[in-house]
Amino acid sequence: MTTTSGIQDVPVNGTVGEPFVDSAKLSMRNVNVFYGEKQAIFDVSLDIGSNEVIAMIGPSGCGKSTFLRCLNRMNDTIEGCRVVGSLNLEGEDIYGAKLDVVPLRARVGIVFQKPNPFPKSIYENVAYGAKIHGLVSKRTELDEIVETSLQKAGLWNEVKDRLDAPGTGLSGGQQQRLCIARTIAVSPEVILMDEPCSALDPIATAKIEELIAELSENYTIAIVTHSMQQAARVSNRTAYFHLGKLIEVNETEKVFTNPDHQLTEAYITGRFG
Amino acid sequence: MSKSTSSTIELVNKNLKKRYRAEKRFRAYGILSIGFGLLCLVVLFTDIIGKGHGAFTAHYVQIEVTLNASTLDIRDATDPEQLALADYQGVVKEALRTRFPEVTGRSDRRSLYALVSNSAGFAVQDILKADPTKLGSTVSLWVLVDDDVDTYAKSRDDAEPFIGRLSEKQIEWVETLIASGEIKSRFNRILFTNGDSREPEMAGIRGALLGSLYTLLVTLVLSFPIGVAAAMYLEEYAPKNRFTDFIEVNINNLAAVPSIIFGLLGLAIFINFFEMPRSLPLVGGLVLTLMTLPTIIISSRAAIKSVPPSIRQAAYGLGASKMQVILHHVLPLAMPGMLTGAIIGMAQALGETAPLLMIGMVAFIVDLPGSITDPATVLPVQIYLWSDSPERAFTERTSGAIMVLLGFLILMNTVAVLLRRKLERRW
Repeated sequence: MTTTSGIQDVPVNGTVGEPFVDSAKLSMRNVNVFYGEKQAIFDVSLDIGSNEVIAMIGPSGCGKSTFLRCLNRMNDTIEGCRVVGSLNLEGEDIYGAKLDVVPLRARVGIVFQKPNPFPKSIYENVAYGAKIHGLVSKRTELDEIVETSLQKAGLWNEVKDRLDAPGTGLSGGQQQRLCIARTIAVSPEVILMDEPCSALDPIATAKIEELIAELSENYTIAIVTHSMQQAARVSNRTAYFHLGKLIEVNETEKVFTNPDHQLTEAYITGRFG
Repeated sequence: MSKSTSSTIELVNKNLKKRYRAEKRFRAYGILSIGFGLLCLVVLFTDIIGKGHGAFTAHYVQIEVTLNASTLDIRDATDPEQLALADYQGVVKEALRTRFPEVTGRSDRRSLYALVSNSAGFAVQDILKADPTKLGSTVSLWVLVDDDVDTYAKSRDDAEPFIGRLSEKQIEWVETLIASGEIKSRFNRILFTNGDSREPEMAGIRGALLGSLYTLLVTLVLSFPIGVAAAMYLEEYAPKNRFTDFIEVNINNLAAVPSIIFGLLGLAIFINFFEMPRSLPLVGGLVLTLMTLPTIIISSRAAIKSVPPSIRQAAYGLGASKMQVILHHVLPLAMPGMLTGAIIGMAQALGETAPLLMIGMVAFIVDLPGSITDPATVLPVQIYLWSDSPERAFTERTSGAIMVLLGFLILMNTVAVLLRRKLERRW
């Protein structure tokens, strides 16, 4: 136990590894986030490349979810939350005065920790995003979007006969896939996933992980997870957060086999968590 | 180690009985409270129904009326003016004299005439109006008896019949008529078709019911949208600062302000300042709106607060605008709670008397109101007015009106429960 606190006190001077990539979809520089007086994120700089899956790991309260939620400004809904620094989506300033959050969230979708389908039918759940953004003009186009989204989320075969049934009546794993279908129905470029499997059983988790692998062909995915095995299975790169600081970013394989930073090593070997 | 374990279990077992006893006592307190509440309810209902059930029946007497043109003083039955001015009471009296030919003498006859309600004349008039060719013929019709006779007839099986102002002779006649089947008890339609009257047998609650309806309509139409909009703004848009805290404290305070204060406010603003007429359901509705708004705002805010944040997050995450989140998700999910609050507010408004006294809805109004701008009174005020009247027959009508009011309250609350069940969604 003493060693743990010893390791946690290791001074952190910037991020080690390779936080920056050439063709960045999202690029963040010197991001600081405050909840009222308390600072939750310290000087984080990170790039997320196109069509890559980046996993964010770290002990509870390290700020990985907070950071993820900055990427589509979900933190706006939290009272007293302040974001400082530069965050860009393909060169557009996410926190810029000119940016409208509505199209931003259409481009950067999010899937939450707990499956949260609307208390409406399965169809309505998937169709909702397309409807509010006015993506379709005809019912047949909407039907098509619902079908392809459910297919992409691997849920179509299970629910095609009961699209009118309430989305809340599905099992936990199905609900989460419904939420993913709902997110991709808007055709986002980036999908943020905030511990999407932490409320699911291993079988449902495996399905979601398969799905992430399939989705990564078309989407950029940033996933926050508590499960290091999951990070190792689904991601190309892994970012390790510690007490609000970004410690290390590297190829996933490197992070889990030969991390550059001793804090990362301590974490992945289970010395604290 | 094993010794200490066994002694722990012994201690636990020793205390177990005591714990179960305490548990039983705890539950018994709850049952006792519920029992007391139910007892009060039973006493209340027994009393009201016991007193009020009589109001739903009335005694009618059968009379053979000869529509004698000369007694009626009608020469031309097609002339509406003559029909309006004719002496209908005269033919009714004539009918009574024919039924009891033995009654002579002025005062005896007068007490004979007093057996029949003043409304008998109107019943005769209605017949002639409907069919002027009946002039000269003899018709048999059932007319209301006087309220004293009605009260006596209802209580004659009791140990101590209520005699009131009836003389012995009158009682004798009434008994004769009851024995011959010429006085009969029927459903009291008058109670539901007439407005107020000074004569108990002709007094009904329709005027008050309509007044209540119009008043509640105004209240609902104004207070629900305003209340929901205010709650929505305060919950969703308002910044959290001193000013909104101040508003919140004041809304909570207003919910506890005695209703008569709202009546005085209404009197000062709507009647004195805006110079609206008195006794209008419109003004009553405005006053009750002021009174129910805090209730609706508070319950709507609670309903909006109880919408799970995950639903909002999901909608925001898909790129819904604030208005879309509110209209598509928050309001539909909060609607059952808001409706319940609104209906509780309406039920409160339906039973409210004090503020309406202040704006003149306590006036004696016979005519049925036809719109929100016709003078009217409301059910609870009608109950208050009747409970003040000396006639014995008004006592049972008071309880009868209370039963109708309670019936409406139960109906409204049932609707509230059903609506909530229908609209409630699970997640």
